Amino acid sequence: MKPLLYLLSFAFLIGLGFWAYEENYQTKQIVNEAEQMQSQIAQARARLGVLRAEWAYLNRPDRLRELAELNFDTLALLPITPDQFGRMDQIEYPVVSEPKVELNDPVDVSTLSMTEATE
Amino acid sequence: MSDTPLRIPLRPLARILEARAKGENPDAIERENLRLRHEEMRDRARVRAEGRILVLGAVFTLAFLTIGVKMWMVAESEPAEPRTSFAGAGIVAQRGDIVDRQGRVLATNLDTFALYAHPHQMVEPHRAASELAAIFPDLDEERLIKDFTGSRRFVWIRRKISPEQRQAVHDIGEPGLLFGPREMRLYPNGAIAAHVLGGAGYGEEGVAAAEIKGTAGVERAFDDYLTDPANGGRPLQLSLDLTVQAAAEEVLYGGMRLMNAKGATSILMDARTGEIISLVSLPDFDPNDRPNPPTEGHPDDSPLFNRAVQGVYELGSTLKIFAAAQALDLGIVGPETMVDIRGPIRWGRHTIKDFHWYGKELSVADIIIKSSNIGTARLAEGIGIPLQKQFLADLGLFEPTPVELSEAPSGAPLIQKQWSELTTMTVSFGHGMSISPLHLAAAYATIANDGKRVRPTLLRQSGPQDGPQVMSASAARQSQRLLRRVVTEGTASFANIDFYSISGKTGTADKPKPTGGYYKDKTISTFASMFPAHDPQYVLIVTLDEAVETSGDEPRRTAGWTAVPVAAEMITRIGPLLGLRPEIAPVPLADITLTSN
Repeated sequence: MKPLLYLLSFAFLIGLGFWAYEENYQTKQIVNEAEQMQSQIAQARARLGVLRAEWAYLNRPDRLRELAELNFDTLALLPITPDQFGRMDQIEYPVVSEPKVELNDPVDVSTLSMTEATE
Repeated sequence: MSDTPLRIPLRPLARILEARAKGENPDAIERENLRLRHEEMRDRARVRAEGRILVLGAVFTLAFLTIGVKMWMVAESEPAEPRTSFAGAGIVAQRGDIVDRQGRVLATNLDTFALYAHPHQMVEPHRAASELAAIFPDLDEERLIKDFTGSRRFVWIRRKISPEQRQAVHDIGEPGLLFGPREMRLYPNGAIAAHVLGGAGYGEEGVAAAEIKGTAGVERAFDDYLTDPANGGRPLQLSLDLTVQAAAEEVLYGGMRLMNAKGATSILMDARTGEIISLVSLPDFDPNDRPNPPTEGHPDDSPLFNRAVQGVYELGSTLKIFAAAQALDLGIVGPETMVDIRGPIRWGRHTIKDFHWYGKELSVADIIIKSSNIGTARLAEGIGIPLQKQFLADLGLFEPTPVELSEAPSGAPLIQKQWSELTTMTVSFGHGMSISPLHLAAAYATIANDGKRVRPTLLRQSGPQDGPQVMSASAARQSQRLLRRVVTEGTASFANIDFYSISGKTGTADKPKPTGGYYKDKTISTFASMFPAHDPQYVLIVTLDEAVETSGDEPRRTAGWTAVPVAAEMITRIGPLLGLRPEIAPVPLADITLTSN
């Protein structure tokens, strides 16, 4: 009985060793991945910053005004004026025609209510 | 207790009797028993003390062992940065962005490089110098050769270079030319809102990094906030609206050119919250390439000078409404009370005159509508010195504006130390006291806000300010109606436009000569306005410096001909941008009061 116990615990110890080795290397792998990811995030942030700056630069009011003037023939953009405000009821919405409903078995409601009333 | 050993009596009767029979001293037996008992007690105490010492010793040994092991671990292990952390992603930029009220970028950072040289590592200093001079035309080749061949071991060449320039420098192939990473401050909108943003430069500089410091404007006022890592790169949100600001600058620039003015400023303020939505000062500059402060000439003529905040001028008749509002508030007069305006008023060697002859007496309303100096002086006389000073101080006209700009403290009002009765009268129509247009905007906003004090701010606010009541709400509303009548019947008729109802007051003041006295042909013309007139939400101040309108037979310098048309055009232009529906003020009903029978 005793030798078997020794053998089993020894095998268990070796198994633990393998497991710890495995875990150690997996952890290192994940730490490396996380580090790479963080540097990617930093790069993406830097790129995002540059893109935001470029977006703001391309949308600066001076440039938009110049572009509107250059392309006046095609776009005809002008500054918004107060008389462009309107009211909701001034909008012409397309008239939606109601679909025709065909009644197969018309029920006479008035007689129904009469019978109810007499009861 | 059950486990205590049986107590042996000190004098057991059996032994005593035995001893007595033998003729021994029975006391010896008692002493013997006492000794045995003491020895037993001593042994028990020793065992207990020994156990305690053992435990104490073990605890101390363990404690010192722990400290020793930890010290050994610290001394023996390799130093390494923690590789797994969540904090690393939080640090974004060295300096936070600045955005407008709708989140559009006004200032941001861009990665770039600085160029420096190590002359001792150079292979061909002469060729490097000539190639560098070809890439950067503003560099002096002689100077570079002197730097590269002399005894210096480190030379800064450029603070900021573009990626193309960096590639060109790489192509020289000189190992002594090196690059250091830099962040640079970028203002993508160029000169728009230049005076608010100010600008930024480099503070402490090293090869690997440089500190960005604000040089003026909000950049300097919020230097600590913008560089605080605890904010995690959160942007600073201003109350400015980029679209409105750009439109206001365009209109004001056009107006300034049309009216031949040498400078102009406009302030648009939300009357409830005190938010400054647009602040323009012309001429302006590009904060990306901020010019150096002028070394000669008048500082007012520099484009860096913020006329809206730093420019303290005598703003003339625009201040008259404060005298009228206070007189109405105190109940001295009503809007239709007649005031004697026979003049001129003589005070020592000074005389107070009117621009025209308006008759013998005018109502308070007509004094404001026709802008009578004598009438306003009479109102101020009725108010008295202490009350008038208190009222002007309550409006914030005696101290620098609390706006968040580094230039604000330098815009302190100029107030006469000796406040005589003459001062009271002249100040009531805007002479003898110099304030900035921003002071005027805040004071007009107080009237527009039904008498509650408004403090100007450049930060986005979440709700209206709840300032102290400077004047009663009814006096403020009466003043608003007077200002509306200035537009419909008085000096500001050009502001009577189709789409929006404007109320306001004009002011034309002669500029003081540096040598004393006043210029006859140089004026500051101001139009202080609020709109929509029946329920003012916005306050607009337009000031033109040395404006003159030359379409008529003779040059016209009054604000009614110069500042008012510019302001009217500006309101037509920015009203829709503010989302204001065009409307005409409801016609005020005749004075019918609701009474119950």
